[in-house]
Amino acid sequence: MKILICLSNVPDTTTKAKFVNDNTAFDTTGIQWIINPWDELALTRAIELKSDAANSIENITVITVGEKDAEPTMRKALAIGADDAVRIDAEPTDAYFVAAQIAEYLKSNPFDLIFNGIESADYNGSAVGGMLAEFLNIPSVSAVSAVNIENGQVKIKRDIDGGTEEVSSELPVVAIAQKGIAKEPMIAAMRGIMMARKKPLNVVAPVEIEALTGIVNFELPQPKPPCKMIEPDNVKELVNLLQNEAKVI
Amino acid sequence: MSVLVFTENWDGKFKKMSFELVSYASKIAEMLNIQTVALSIGDVQEDELKKLGNYAADKIISVNNDKLKNLDNQAYTSVIAQVAEKEGAKVVIIAHNNTGKALAPRLSVKLKAGLGAGVSKLPLSLDPFTIFKKVYSGKAYSNLVIKSDIKILTLAQNSFEFEENIKSPAIESFEPALSDDLFKTTVSNVQKQTGKILLIDAEIVVSGGRGMKSGDNWSPIEELADLLGAATACSRPVSDEGWRPHEEHTGQTGKIIAPNLYIAAGISGAIQHLAGISSSKCIVAINTDKDAPIFEAADYGIIGDTAKVLPDFIQAVKEMK
Repeated sequence: MKILICLSNVPDTTTKAKFVNDNTAFDTTGIQWIINPWDELALTRAIELKSDAANSIENITVITVGEKDAEPTMRKALAIGADDAVRIDAEPTDAYFVAAQIAEYLKSNPFDLIFNGIESADYNGSAVGGMLAEFLNIPSVSAVSAVNIENGQVKIKRDIDGGTEEVSSELPVVAIAQKGIAKEPMIAAMRGIMMARKKPLNVVAPVEIEALTGIVNFELPQPKPPCKMIEPDNVKELVNLLQNEAKVI
Repeated sequence: MSVLVFTENWDGKFKKMSFELVSYASKIAEMLNIQTVALSIGDVQEDELKKLGNYAADKIISVNNDKLKNLDNQAYTSVIAQVAEKEGAKVVIIAHNNTGKALAPRLSVKLKAGLGAGVSKLPLSLDPFTIFKKVYSGKAYSNLVIKSDIKILTLAQNSFEFEENIKSPAIESFEPALSDDLFKTTVSNVQKQTGKILLIDAEIVVSGGRGMKSGDNWSPIEELADLLGAATACSRPVSDEGWRPHEEHTGQTGKIIAPNLYIAAGISGAIQHLAGISSSKCIVAINTDKDAPIFEAADYGIIGDTAKVLPDFIQAVKEMK
C-alpha cells in the first residue's frame, strides 16, 4: 500500500496576521513556516501505520503545491519520516487550483490512501481533499479521527454532526484528517534530520489550470471594546449583566 | 434559475441550522431576483418539510431513497449536482459543518463552481460576486471574488440572524439517478451522541483550562453547564493532558465555535484558543492572572480563582431562576 499526504506550508499557529501592499498580501516578514497541523497529524498516523509490518506499507510520500520557499517544510516532513516528497512548482492560488494540480500528478502516479488535513491554517477552506477526490472520481471520507488497516482493508472512524461512524472504503480513498487521528505530532529525531537531506524531493512542473476564486484584499478584525471587569466577590453582578445587558442567558 | 440550499435533518427533523441556511439562501435569491429551492435528502414527513417554507423557500425538493441512508460523499454530491442542474442553480448554499465541509468541495469540482467556505454575511456585491470570510483561523478576514458562473457558499453556524418569512412552497419528490459505482464506502457502527448538547450546536458553552488544575475538578463546569443548558469544552492543554476528551478541545486546531455565550474558566487565552472562540457573541473570562490575553477578547471578566468563582456563579444562576 502506498500512502500520500498532501501538505500545506502555513504560518506557525502563534502568528499574528499582518498584511502589506494595501492589505492585498500576507506579510511574511519574520514568519515561521510549519507543516499545517492537521497534515502533520496525518503524517504521524501514516508513519505509525508503516511501523507495523503487517500493514505492508511500501511508501509514504508527501506532496505540496508551492514555490521553492516551501521546501524547508517538505524537508521537515522527510525528517519526521516520509520517504520522499513532491513539490508541484506553482503558487497555490486557490483550493481548486491546488486540488487540480495534485489530481493531475496522481493520474500517472497512483496512491492507495491519500490524506489531507481538514483545513489549512491559512485560508481555512477545508476544501482540497474533497476536491481532489472528485477530480479523481474516488471516495472521500471527511472529519476522520482514526484510521486503521485490517487485513489490507482501510477502516476509518469519522465524526458526523451528532456522533461517530465507522466507514470502510474501496481504495484509493481520500481521508480528510482532523484532531484525534494521531495523539501528538511526531518530532524529527537527529538521525531523521540527517537522513532527510538525502531523501528525494522531486519538483514537478504545474499544468495550466485557472483558479475559480481570487482574494481581493484582507482586513483585520475590529478591536473589541475593553472588557468590563467585575469584582470576584460579586458574581451576582456578572449574572445580572449576562441576563439584562448582554441578554445571553 | 434558483439559489439551491442543501438542508440536513436528524431522524427526520430539521435543526436550527437548516432554517438559518434557507433564510440566508432566500436573501441571496432576493438579491438575484430568482427562486429559493430547498433540497432535503432523507425520510422527512411533509409537515416537517413545510417548515422550510417559514424561512422563504419557494420550492422544496425531497429525495428519499434507501441507498442514501448513510452519508456517502460521492453519492450525495451527485444528488445535489443533479438537482442543481435541474433547477438551474446559480448559487448553492451548504452548512459549514462536518457534512457540508465533506460535500461542498466535491460539488465545487462537479459543477466547476468556485467555493466560498465559511461565510457569515451576505455577499458584498453580485458582480463581481464578492464574499467576506474568515482567514487565518479568524485572525483576519478576506474579501474573496468567485469568478465561476455557479457559486457555492458554506455558511458558518450561528452566524446569520435568520428571520421568518412565511411562504407556502410546493413540495416535489425527486428520484435521482444513483448508479452503483457512486457507492464505494460502507458505514457500520453508528454511534449517536444522545442526551448531550453538542458543542458545535450549543448556544452557551462553559469551558475550562489549565487553571482548573486537574481533571477531577470539572464538576463545577459540568454543573454550571447543566444549569445554563450549555455544552462543555476545554482548552488544548486540558485535552492533551487527557483531563477531557479531544472532542471538547476548542481552538484553532480543535473545534471552532460561535456560541452566543462562551464562559472561559481558567483559560489564559493563547492566540490559538482565541482563534477558535473569537466569533462568540459574548465572552466571559475568569482567570487569576490579570494580564492573561483572554481578557482582551472577553466582554466581561473576573480576576479570581475558578475554585471560588465557579461555585458563586452556580449559586447566582440558581437564584436567578
